[in-house]
Amino acid sequence: MSEPLLEVEDLRVSFRSRRGTAVAVDGLSFSLAPGEVLGVVGESGSGKSVSMMSMLGLIRDPNCTVEGSARFRGSDLVGMADKDLRVLRGRDIAMIFQDPMTSLTPVYTVGWHIAEQIRVHQSMSKARARARAVELLAEVGIPDPARRIDDYPHQFSGGMRQRAVIAMGLANNPSLLIADEPTTALDVTTQAQVLDLLRRLRRDHGSSIILITHDMGVVSQLADRVLVMYAGRAAEEGPRQEVFHHPRHPYTWGLLGSVPRARAPRVRRLPAIPGSPASALAVPSGCAFAPRCRFAHDQCAERPPLAGADHLDACWLPRDRRHELRHSLDEVATAAGDPGQQSIIVPATEEFE
Amino acid sequence: MVRFALARFGAAVFVLVSISVLVFLIFFATPGVDPAARIAGRNADQATLAQVQAEFGLDQPLPVRYALMMKHLFVDRDLTSFVNRGVLVIPQIVHAVPVTLSLVLGAAVLWMVVGVAMGTLAAAWRGRAADPLIVLVGVVGVSIPVYWLGEVVNLVTQSRLHDSVFSWVPPLGYVPLTQNPAQWALRLLFPWLTLAVLYAGIYARVLRSEMMGALDEDYVRTARAKGVSERRILIKHALRCSLIPIVSLFGLDFGALVGGSALLTEVVFGLPGVGRLTYTALQNLDLPVILGTVLYAAFFVVLSNALVDLVYAALDPRVRHV
Amino acid sequence: MTERGEVLLRATDVVKHFPVAGSPWRRGARQVVHAVDGVSLEVRRGQTLGIVGESGCGKSTLGRCLVRLTDLTSGRVELAGQDITTLSRRRLRPVRRDIQLVFQDPYSSLNPRRRVGEMVAEGMEVAGERSGRQISARVAELFELVGLSADHVDRYPHEFSGGQRQRVGIARALAVDPQLIVADEPVSALDVSIQAQVLNLFADLQDELGLTYVFIAHDLGVVRHVSDRIAVMYLGEVVEVADADDLYEAPAHPYTEALLSAAPEIDDGVTAIAPERIVLVGDVPNPVNKPMGCPFHPRCPHVQAKCTVERPPLREVAPGRSAACHFPLVAVAGRPAAP
Ligand SMILES: Nc1ncnc2c1ncn2[C@@H]1O[C@H](COP(=O)(O)OP(=O)(O)OP(=O)(O)O)[C@@H](O)[C@H]1O
Ligand SMILES: Nc1ncnc2c1ncn2[C@@H]1O[C@H](COP(=O)(O)OP(=O)(O)OP(=O)(O)O)[C@@H](O)[C@H]1O
Ligand SMILES: [Mg+2]
Ligand SMILES: [Mg+2]
Repeated sequence: MSEPLLEVEDLRVSFRSRRGTAVAVDGLSFSLAPGEVLGVVGESGSGKSVSMMSMLGLIRDPNCTVEGSARFRGSDLVGMADKDLRVLRGRDIAMIFQDPMTSLTPVYTVGWHIAEQIRVHQSMSKARARARAVELLAEVGIPDPARRIDDYPHQFSGGMRQRAVIAMGLANNPSLLIADEPTTALDVTTQAQVLDLLRRLRRDHGSSIILITHDMGVVSQLADRVLVMYAGRAAEEGPRQEVFHHPRHPYTWGLLGSVPRARAPRVRRLPAIPGSPASALAVPSGCAFAPRCRFAHDQCAERPPLAGADHLDACWLPRDRRHELRHSLDEVATAAGDPGQQSIIVPATEEFE
Repeated sequence: MVRFALARFGAAVFVLVSISVLVFLIFFATPGVDPAARIAGRNADQATLAQVQAEFGLDQPLPVRYALMMKHLFVDRDLTSFVNRGVLVIPQIVHAVPVTLSLVLGAAVLWMVVGVAMGTLAAAWRGRAADPLIVLVGVVGVSIPVYWLGEVVNLVTQSRLHDSVFSWVPPLGYVPLTQNPAQWALRLLFPWLTLAVLYAGIYARVLRSEMMGALDEDYVRTARAKGVSERRILIKHALRCSLIPIVSLFGLDFGALVGGSALLTEVVFGLPGVGRLTYTALQNLDLPVILGTVLYAAFFVVLSNALVDLVYAALDPRVRHV
Repeated sequence: MTERGEVLLRATDVVKHFPVAGSPWRRGARQVVHAVDGVSLEVRRGQTLGIVGESGCGKSTLGRCLVRLTDLTSGRVELAGQDITTLSRRRLRPVRRDIQLVFQDPYSSLNPRRRVGEMVAEGMEVAGERSGRQISARVAELFELVGLSADHVDRYPHEFSGGQRQRVGIARALAVDPQLIVADEPVSALDVSIQAQVLNLFADLQDELGLTYVFIAHDLGVVRHVSDRIAVMYLGEVVEVADADDLYEAPAHPYTEALLSAAPEIDDGVTAIAPERIVLVGDVPNPVNKPMGCPFHPRCPHVQAKCTVERPPLREVAPGRSAACHFPLVAVAGRPAAP
């Protein structure tokens, strides 16, 4: 196996506030090989964005503490001086964000944004940068790029804007592209276009991609490996097919069960996860998922390690019985009139802010 | 853009006409005031009154009266002051305008430069000791009454320390730029500073809060992710977007000041500007002068608003393309 | 599965246009947004009609027309045979109790300064049929019904999580014993696990109370899950209506086909994965300048000359299903399907 491009170890990000310390990322470890696509899934607040942004030094909140290590090509990003980190950002590691509507400065043209990205890292004449920007826009499939380059962001549709943002991210041929919910704000047909684009880029440029999303379908289409996060921790990590075909963690079961499918036969009730996600202000000291888990037992008071060879999970349940346990869950959920049904409707825990 | 500009100026003309109608109505509807007597001036005889009645068509229907009034104001320009008989209104205003313009222009340059610098620095140093310090300076500037500050400045520069440190300060009053540029600047120096202190404080505070908002925007995060330096983010992204509301604020303030709102400064420093003219006219209920100055003020306010809209469109592409 | 009950809600040729707030300086023809452009629908008692479509296709506007929250430009809406399109405000009031709307955003649809119990009680107070004590008892009962605890009634919306707020919204709708609930993207703002809880709640309430739903959503999985019949909208028009299973198995309209194929499906080793994905070119056109002919023709992979000039009407292409397409993908009786 080749040298990993990015190796994150025990990353911990916390925010101090008047109401206590919110632990947004709690001991996250994963590694990413060159050319690999890692899908990071998890519900809102599970720490997906914060973990990536903290590595790149994009969290400017003075109350934020980042610990652990994130080695990119051997050098640790955590604790690196901002001056050095800045050289990497946008050149070796590009990051794009969810809402293309607000992620471009409204008073500059699309071409200006791309040219800025190029010229921050390379000495290139304005004219050459512009020509390169036209090329990039053409590459991401903007029709008539030579003319559209002088448009302002608000003159682009949502899908085009996200393409422009992707073009900007690709300007310096980064070896890692972090895309934070790149299609969440888009319509299905537009999302399909952008996913197609990402797929093509990955093939043509061979760059690694970290794809953050809460849409399991998107990950299933694009990722080589999948990381499932819950309450700032990794619940499960492994090759895509392993995670989707043989999920091991009860949280992953719940997530997969919660998604109503367009192509599977209809069920009347979904095997939902009871309760609501753990608050970052009060993450249980043991297994974070235990309060919502049907199979919680005494051992869960202790925090389970992320264990396994290529397919890892953090759960105390016996490995060999997981499959069987998962199926028992389906039966509970779909049995109508079952007394267990009530416990599914009524949330066991509540989150009060 | 050209169409936008034309449309904007069309609107400005419309507003001006409306204001003149409004002023005219107030002029002829102020209770207890006989317009003929007011126009004819103090102690006018019956013959003059009758002449005024006829000239201004006071027995005619309102639209005719309005037209006649505008004719006297703009075509014949023979409206005379009610207090100082024989003093024409228009030349009085024409004389006062350069004084006010000199005062306000100079102060505006000062406060824009200082205010923008302070606001930007405060935003750049947010979370550090310098930020609250700058804010405090701004608050002090805003809270000092101009009148009081002007008096103190006068006291210090004209009498207390006039013989030692401030011996170079000329006496109060105005010298036209064309006559002696050095004296012009020297005499206006303290009025400029006094007026600028207030506005610099306001602008610094507004800009600071605008920039704080801008620095939290997604596009700043994107710029950081691109590897853009903090300084460039501050100037090219945050400041550039924050300037848009500042420009409209500036237009309003500038228009109002040129229109006569700088009267306190003018009175304190003995500058014969439009503000002082309005001030005295109001004290005497000198209707012809009030009419002239109000229309003049309206003209500047409307003009500067129209200019602001144009600058706004130049600064903000979203306005341009609607 | 299509045991056909009585038609509870019928919309006929509903049109809703909005004038465009153009610049006052610019002259020329007044433009209108064709938000809803001639929609006809039927919803049978006890069933769920799902409405899908992309952003801006007029789903919410149609929903608001169905409950008469806005006046229609033209067309008619009948509830249990009664035309409610032209009812006066006063005459509409009893009808309002039969149709309730549940909104998308659980954050903004509740008044932050009022206790949730009061908001749920409001509808009953307006109706004035119950005494104060009966109302409190009913509110407590409703809270239990939607999976909240009865002692939550005195709390304010900000004390609830998103899913709980949506439950409050549902309790409020149920308070007046409606027959029909129009739910406008009720789960779009929720996380998957919470979304599943709320979807289950909708299903349970339907089983228990025999409710009829019009369920608006853009997520194809969600719509499939809740609906008996589905209407697909594009640019203010219904382009296809069919039973849920038929629609998902064999779409008749090319837009439905593209929409279904674009939905990223989870490959879990059990469900079949779509053979080939159709990626449409371009974006949804603006409902101000709708294309001539078939509104979908500029993006349609099967476009033919006729489509660019003639607007296809919504017509039956197979028993129980209709599509607005000149060349439907499902064989029309006596006519070959498109190549
Ligand atoms: N500046 C901050 N101060 C305090 N807490 C924060 C801050 N930023 C994020 N958090 C907390 O960190 C946790 C993780 O947030 P994060 O944005 O990473 O979630 P996410 O998985 O990206 O969710 P989403 O899907 O909603 O984007 C949340 O509980 C959030 O409240
Ligand atoms: N009050 C209004 N005035 C003018 N145009 C409107 C108004 N309400 C909606 N529209 C327009 O009508 C069209 C349909 O809007 P509608 O909200 O019904 O779409 P939708 O399908 O619900 O979209 P979404 O999925 O984004 O909620 C849009 O183009 C919208 O801009
Ligand atoms: Mg996020
Ligand atoms: Mg809507």
